[in-house]
Amino acid sequence: MSDASAIKSHRSLALRQTLAVARLEIWRNFLGLRALGLYLLAGLPVALVLLFSWGRITFEAETLPAAGGLAREFGAFYGQLFARLVIFFVCLLVFTRLFRAEIQERSLHYSFLAPVRRDLLVAGKFLAGFFAVSLVLSLAVMGSFLVHFLPLTLTSGSGGYGAFLLRGGGLGQLAGYLGVTLLGVLGYGAVFLASGLFFRNPILPALVVFAWEWANFLLPPVLKRISVIHYLQALQPVPPPEGVLALLATPPSPWLAVPGVLLVSAALLALSAWRLRHFEIAYGEE
Amino acid sequence: MSDHIVFENVSKFYGEVLGVNRVSLSIEPGITGLVGPNGSGKTTLFNLATGLLRPSRGRISVLGIPTDRPQELFRLIGYATQYDSFPRGMSGRSFVTSYLRLYGYTGTEARRLAEEAIERVGLADVAHRKVAGFSKGMRQRIRLAQAMAHRPSVLLLDEPLNGLDPMARAEMIGLFRQLAEDGLHVIVSSHILHEVDMISDTVVLLNHGYVVAEGDIRGVRSEMQSHPMKILIRCDRPARLAARVFEEDGVVEARLAEDGAGVVVATRDADAFYLRLNRVVLEEGLAVDTVMPVDEDVQSIYRYLIGSEGSAA
Repeated sequence: MSDASAIKSHRSLALRQTLAVARLEIWRNFLGLRALGLYLLAGLPVALVLLFSWGRITFEAETLPAAGGLAREFGAFYGQLFARLVIFFVCLLVFTRLFRAEIQERSLHYSFLAPVRRDLLVAGKFLAGFFAVSLVLSLAVMGSFLVHFLPLTLTSGSGGYGAFLLRGGGLGQLAGYLGVTLLGVLGYGAVFLASGLFFRNPILPALVVFAWEWANFLLPPVLKRISVIHYLQALQPVPPPEGVLALLATPPSPWLAVPGVLLVSAALLALSAWRLRHFEIAYGEE
Repeated sequence: MSDHIVFENVSKFYGEVLGVNRVSLSIEPGITGLVGPNGSGKTTLFNLATGLLRPSRGRISVLGIPTDRPQELFRLIGYATQYDSFPRGMSGRSFVTSYLRLYGYTGTEARRLAEEAIERVGLADVAHRKVAGFSKGMRQRIRLAQAMAHRPSVLLLDEPLNGLDPMARAEMIGLFRQLAEDGLHVIVSSHILHEVDMISDTVVLLNHGYVVAEGDIRGVRSEMQSHPMKILIRCDRPARLAARVFEEDGVVEARLAEDGAGVVVATRDADAFYLRLNRVVLEEGLAVDTVMPVDEDVQSIYRYLIGSEGSAA
């Protein structure tokens, strides 16, 4: 076999193995009752928006805001509920368990005993988590967005609703929120996958991260940069208001925010792969 | 490529707790029994051989491959651990098939290999059921199927007969022998000594993390020259025989057997004794019915070496 075909064959094997790890993970963690928490948490904002929009259409039909007002509302809603809470907790729920659950149920050794490089195990599991969480949260964001703008059908008729989505920047905003969601899953996913590998009880570090992210608006500009939420909110199509107590900082440009989150995620995944390469199976002692 | 599993001065410490210490072994193809009481270091040795643990000192290679190269190593090794745990929600068949996919096999190849292994351990009729509903013996067997499904050259089996009924034990022992005849290394650990005695060509005896003896059972026994070996001789005049052999060099005890139909002789040099026994029998004109060692099994060797019976059944 020539060098080139050997490399190609290795790559093809690595890809097949990564996909096999991802497939196994999806089958095991996202298609059964075990994933109920994920679906409920992701469904929560859709249910809230649905309830809110229904109440508004029913009881406040006379004072419904126009498209611009609704867009500002959604920006605040997304920033406070999705970016700060839902993406964070869904990622916490899913990514910390990717390895931790297997350590707890003493089944991680089955993967370790297969001829798979351990960094591919990290890649496969992260891919599975990213795919499943992104899909579910994207549907939740789309559902919330489309339902939130439903009152437009009253103020400007169903034609107005369609016009806002297609020509008034609605779909562009939706795409922006979806992009931010994917980036959030990437960032928080990498953080929590690593914490599941480094900490026996990842809840405590998760609380610290949560407090740090939640208090981000109070932090001085230099410290704001060391958080995921800072970049996510800056990338929102309509950024949320920071509040009266906030210490204002110049929002990072997309050209800095997107590569920044990607780089930090890659670094955390590399750290996780390093940790897994040195990981020993000693369930009793671990 | 070497055909040995080699431990070179291997030690493993869990903090200050000793796992195994200064283990040097070279294991040949065939069935090797790893015997020791709970906590003696059997599982640690298996986990070291498969890279699940890293040695604190020393080197390990399996058929010439160091244990830090999983991509090559695990094509050669199958390891059925004693962890009685499985990924949740899987059937026996999906358990074996799913992990075969990690080797890079296509779905069709993985299913074929899984079926073959499941058939071999006798679970074909129940493999569609969830593993969680399996009996302990069935779980043992599905783990064995998973370990051997990719047709490894080395099979490490940690307490593989635990939880099996006598019929299943006999079937499994037959399977181990068959695998060894196919040229595999089959390394079986057990704390139940007579099992290993029945299965193994060679034994490695472990206690408190140290290898206390290794080799074929008779070889290990003959190394222990200082420990008298007991031999039962059944003949027509046991009292006369007892009186004669007691005068021989190396004999430390000669007493009538409990049933009075033979003599139990304790000697420090069994080979020399057998030669002298022939002479005595001829000189006395004795009619000898049986000459057999009464303690040449792992249990007695183990009791001697370790000073206890461990948890042997």
